[in-house]
Amino acid sequence: MPGICFREITKRFVGTVALDAVSLTIDEGECHALMGENGAGKSTLGKILAGIISPDGGTLAVGGKSTAFRSARDARVSGIGMVHQELALCPDMSIAENLLLGHTPRRCGIFVDRGAMHADARSLLRAIAPELDVRRTMRSLSIAQRQLVQIASAIGTGAKVLVFDEPTSSLAETESNRLFGIIADLRSRGVTIIYVSHRMPEVFDLADRISVLRDGRYIGTLTRREATHGALVRMMIGRSLDPAARMPRSHHVGLPLLEVRGLASPGSFGTLSLNVRAGEIVGLAGLVGAGRSEMAKAIFGLDPRCTGSVAIEGKEISRLSVRERMKAGLAYLPEDRQIEGLAPVLSCRHNFSLTIPEKIRRLLFLERARETALMNTFFRKTEIKAPFPDTPASNLSGGNQQKIVLAKWLARDARVYILDEPTRGIDIGAKSSIHGIIREMAADGAAILLISSELPELLCLADRIAVMRNGQLAGEVEGNFATQEALLRMMSGL
Amino acid sequence: MRQLLHNPAGRAVLSLVLVVAVGVCFNADGTFFRWDTHRDMLRLVSVYGILAAAMTIVVVAGGIDLSVGSLLGLSAVCFSLFSIQWGWGALPSVCATMCIGAVCGSISGGAIGRFKVQPFIATLAMMVFARGLAKYISSGQKISTAVIGADGAYVYIPVPGIFDVIGMRVWDDNIAVVTLLMIVALLAAWVFLSQTVPGRELYAIGGNDEAARFSGVSIPVNTVLAYALSGLFCAAAGIAQAAQELQGDPEAGATYELSAIAMVVIGGTSLRGGTGGIHLTILGILIIGYLEKILSINAVGEDTRLMLTGIIIIAAVLFQKKGA
Repeated sequence: MPGICFREITKRFVGTVALDAVSLTIDEGECHALMGENGAGKSTLGKILAGIISPDGGTLAVGGKSTAFRSARDARVSGIGMVHQELALCPDMSIAENLLLGHTPRRCGIFVDRGAMHADARSLLRAIAPELDVRRTMRSLSIAQRQLVQIASAIGTGAKVLVFDEPTSSLAETESNRLFGIIADLRSRGVTIIYVSHRMPEVFDLADRISVLRDGRYIGTLTRREATHGALVRMMIGRSLDPAARMPRSHHVGLPLLEVRGLASPGSFGTLSLNVRAGEIVGLAGLVGAGRSEMAKAIFGLDPRCTGSVAIEGKEISRLSVRERMKAGLAYLPEDRQIEGLAPVLSCRHNFSLTIPEKIRRLLFLERARETALMNTFFRKTEIKAPFPDTPASNLSGGNQQKIVLAKWLARDARVYILDEPTRGIDIGAKSSIHGIIREMAADGAAILLISSELPELLCLADRIAVMRNGQLAGEVEGNFATQEALLRMMSGL
Repeated sequence: MRQLLHNPAGRAVLSLVLVVAVGVCFNADGTFFRWDTHRDMLRLVSVYGILAAAMTIVVVAGGIDLSVGSLLGLSAVCFSLFSIQWGWGALPSVCATMCIGAVCGSISGGAIGRFKVQPFIATLAMMVFARGLAKYISSGQKISTAVIGADGAYVYIPVPGIFDVIGMRVWDDNIAVVTLLMIVALLAAWVFLSQTVPGRELYAIGGNDEAARFSGVSIPVNTVLAYALSGLFCAAAGIAQAAQELQGDPEAGATYELSAIAMVVIGGTSLRGGTGGIHLTILGILIIGYLEKILSINAVGEDTRLMLTGIIIIAAVLFQKKGA
């Protein structure tokens, strides 16, 4: 029995095709996983079903009836709810207020009936999270608890279909297990589950069927019985991952350029020591929340509370400002390009030259010719496809945006680069070209600290891989000897 | 045409053309075609235009400066005090007034950049404080050339030369000196915002302050610079105002901040920061200036004029938004 039927769904964003004529059927009552790499379009498909974004083409049928949702409210009325990654609803309102937003119980027509509101909220939460106090604000909850409130809210309004968008990406192990229990329970009550994820183990645990998207196109659907790790990887990346594809490391490794001694920041990471030598790529693995980015930011001077010493080429920099650290030869490519890496409203040119004021200025004035020359050099080097350098960076695809962030740091000719998730959310072509650039940087004698959540990326690039867990260094392995399994064990502490 | 509507400058030019077309239609028996009409329009917007240049600098950096009108009043009072009552020369009076403006601006900028006070709040506080300071310095009286002599009667002292210079018209009476001052202010603000590195960094702070910080841009330093420049421009506007009125009025400039904001947003600079610039503000100044002038030459009463101005501001801003 077809529950939900996507037919030829197409969605374009500026510069990219997120979904290209995707057709897919989801049966009523099943748990259907949508898999794919970052940027494959799986979240977009989920959001279209939940009415959050509307498709540019194609049709959507629910329960045999063709529908076109214009808002999340429309979808909700048709019994479709969505659980977002980290959405906090209205963070400063209470759980009860959030759960009953839009149909708050009233007294005399206008006054809020607090007693009834709290009772209603408690009954909504009973099945999902009875221990939560409905008077607490959303802000005070953990991400896992916020998800529970979202689930309760969707189920409470009679949702028959629930879309989960990467629900475990910010959850700890125990919280994830609890979520899986709830999902299994929902399924046994006949709720159709659409589970968007790129994590194999949980998909194998939960899903009846698994559909794979790649670069916005539908690749295929496997039942759990048919699905194997290898088959899914092949479908997701279009080829099998060959461990032998690791690059031979022929370049010369020199003296330590980055020396971190006893770096600590209360509440985010413990006492860490780390060396990166010239020409070396050191990978930094760890789960979300292990403190990797926090450490990177502390090295770059963005954490005023941190203690300990950081030296570049033997020169102590831990008392210096960000700009002075940059002058000492340090570069930091941040984790989140939308928030930390780019100013989307500014032009590509402007974003690029932000890090190099001293190279493009004569006295106080800009030298546009010099800026253009530098920009052309580095845009060519990073293979940026920007139609016009003076268009806003937001018009570019994710991959090209990330390359601009990379280009603006490459232009500094730094000695030490900290690259935080340099290929997150970009397509495979852009990814491999960024990998090539990283190798070249190391071959030119730079020291590189590479933070990545994708183990294959670390395995194919890094000379050494350090693993962080709960704010501590959990160990270190030589790149040649590392395996995904060994790294995962160290990351999760099993 | 589509291309023209596609960018904010094109839309602002179109708005301006529309307003001028209205002027051509309702030309009040040819008054609109005479140069002195345009000259007077430019003179009338000059003080506002200098404030709009100041406002553009902070708006581009994602801020707002509500204190521009009060700082104009404070500067007018200080300038009159220095040059009329204390008898200082032109240069020291101008320099001291500019310094006071810049210091007041830096204080707002410091509160915003260093202590993370919201721009609206910090400059609101400066707006109230500066107005109070202006009244304190002047004891609530206008500082003019009429001073009370030893015998208790008013004595008129001669108007300082600098007042006459700023208040006059040049080039065969064809343009007012205050208009030239506005042009210099706009030019300086344009050079600063588009041709210098600190100006560039202000756009980056307005576009995404987090990304700017991660790129090594100092947010406190640049924010103080932006508001200090704004204060400096306000001081220039205050000097122009005092010279035109031949006195320092502690009430001068009240609600001028609102006109300055209107000029900036009608031009198409977003209050969210990171976009726009002086070229758009110039169009905004002309749109408001012509609008007022056309209504006044057609003898439209102040009541109707204010209502129409309100309607046209919202229409122009909606037009700007539609294309974005």
